Amino acid sequence: MSDRIFGGIGLILALIFAWQASIIQESFLTDAVGPKTFPYLIAIVMGLASLYFLLKPDPEPDWPRAGRLAEIGFAALVMFAYAQALPELGFLIATAIVAGYLTWRLGSRPVESLIIGVGTSVGIYVIFRLLLGLSLARGPFGL
Amino acid sequence: MELMSNLADGFAVALTWQNLALALMGCFLGTIMGALPGLGPSNGVAILIPLAFTLGLGATPSLILLTSVYYGAMYGGRISSILLNIPGDEPAMMTCLDGYPMAQQGRAGEALALSGIASFVGAFFATWGLVLLAPQLVKVALLFGPAEYFALFALAFATLGGISSTNQAKSAFAAALGLGLAMIGVDTQTGVPRFTFGEVHLYDGIDFLVAIVGLFALSEVFIFLEHRGTDRDISTKPKMEIGRIVPSWGLIRSCIPTMGRTTVLGFVAGVLPGAGASLGSFISYSMEKRLVDRDGTFGKGDPRGVAAPEAGNNAAAGGALVPMLALGVPGSGTTAVLLAVLLSLNITPGPLLFTQNPDVVWGLIAALFIGNFMLLAMNIPMVGLFTRVLLVPPRILMPIVAMISFVGIYGISGSSFDLMVMVGFGIMGWILRKLDVPLVPVILGTLLGNEMEVNFRRAVNISDGDYSVLISSPLTIMLWTIAAIGFVLPILVGGLVRRRMRMARDAESGVRD
Repeated sequence: MSDRIFGGIGLILALIFAWQASIIQESFLTDAVGPKTFPYLIAIVMGLASLYFLLKPDPEPDWPRAGRLAEIGFAALVMFAYAQALPELGFLIATAIVAGYLTWRLGSRPVESLIIGVGTSVGIYVIFRLLLGLSLARGPFGL
Repeated sequence: MELMSNLADGFAVALTWQNLALALMGCFLGTIMGALPGLGPSNGVAILIPLAFTLGLGATPSLILLTSVYYGAMYGGRISSILLNIPGDEPAMMTCLDGYPMAQQGRAGEALALSGIASFVGAFFATWGLVLLAPQLVKVALLFGPAEYFALFALAFATLGGISSTNQAKSAFAAALGLGLAMIGVDTQTGVPRFTFGEVHLYDGIDFLVAIVGLFALSEVFIFLEHRGTDRDISTKPKMEIGRIVPSWGLIRSCIPTMGRTTVLGFVAGVLPGAGASLGSFISYSMEKRLVDRDGTFGKGDPRGVAAPEAGNNAAAGGALVPMLALGVPGSGTTAVLLAVLLSLNITPGPLLFTQNPDVVWGLIAALFIGNFMLLAMNIPMVGLFTRVLLVPPRILMPIVAMISFVGIYGISGSSFDLMVMVGFGIMGWILRKLDVPLVPVILGTLLGNEMEVNFRRAVNISDGDYSVLISSPLTIMLWTIAAIGFVLPILVGGLVRRRMRMARDAESGVRD
């Protein structure tokens, strides 16, 4: 079933891709092939492959239970939030929070997670900012 | 003799303090990354590219650092195979078969040392193979026009799934997905934006480094989140005694013929498209088993069964560099990532690399020789250090991996948008892995997409819009034929090879996972 759904999504994706290719604004200065042909080829390959999944699906992969799925989704959300918060909070604080969260979810005990989170953040800061001189996001305290 | 003077020039480039230090660092980090399950050569190199880039290293030093990581990871993969019966990376899979039984007999140290020597033999002679073969391949590649290049790229995609590919349609889908992603951004030839949905951030296209780090490194973090607390969690494995580290001379000598044969075999497997290190170690092991396993000791801790796959996979790793450097077309996942290194340093690999940037090529090759000796030194006396790294549990390691990925990507662009795209790629990578869609074609597609299109359009433009030019020369016809065979063959015989690989594992290593 998963493969059929995947094939359906792939097919829609191929169609959208082809449609988006068809509305590319061609400039007056174009070559014999133009900017659309190659994307059309890609859409065809993608569409054919998706059709194959629809018709001949592989055996079902073992998806994790709903709880684990939510776990992964939530971790992704935390990472999105991290991307947004990085310029506001600065590297040290944001990284400590996210690293702490991830290690907690991977099985560390709460207090341990706090220490690992801070440790990871400070460790990376020392190595990459102080030793290697990489520019990391600056936060409210200039850190 | 030109070869020798080139090589000497290369050593002159590589033998600076900075480059030596980078090679040492690369070998060290690579071995650690190879040893840790969940961080393979592709992940390891992927995480380090943005860092090498933001540190402002030049082309040769970055390449030296990253290829040392690549070689190091190939060495390191065996450590967890032997001690934990979990391959540190995919090519080290076959090392489990005899390595783990040896460890169970209390001969872990011997197995580690022997496999270190086998790795050295494989990698060392494969580097010589690279020196001899790559310039020859360059001569052929200089005959290539745009139509031939287009066919060559198609060949790379068609064979990338490899002989053991489970589902060629999924490889094709992955390639199309990658190529499609590469199309995003302003068209290089006419200057019109494509697939940008009016989003300014997308006008430059998607940075392939963002895609690579997301797909490889972050998706691994999600995989670990998924499997936490199950029996795939390595923190539950018992600890293993190492025993004596120095193997007897007799033991080494008994493995010399094995190492010789498997080095050649592995190198050939590495050079050929669609094979790569995993297959290199698999066929090396199978061949040796057939040739010398008279008493049925393979799979029960036969030292030759440890030497064979290790020499094979390290030789294949060296062999895989041949098409990558000479043609600019990688044959395996990790060399695809190394291609990303070259591209992000604005170096176009391929035949011109050898004439335009000989210092890069020969400096790199010299660094590989040096790195090999460093790795041998590191992997025999210091192997105890690396086994201790294995004690770091994934719950601490994976957050560090994730955070370093963020640091690297943020260091390049300083944009939150790129970080979000990276997380998106991480999720996509996880889903694709669950559905058994290979990630390497996606990467290769994003890397080569624009180059492939440019060659396609150039060929047709030169012939004034005549599409038949794509299959007109004998060379193109040959390349297309190989591509077709490479794509169809796994459908016909792939099932057989796969069954063999699975049987070998099930029958001899007992139950895993």
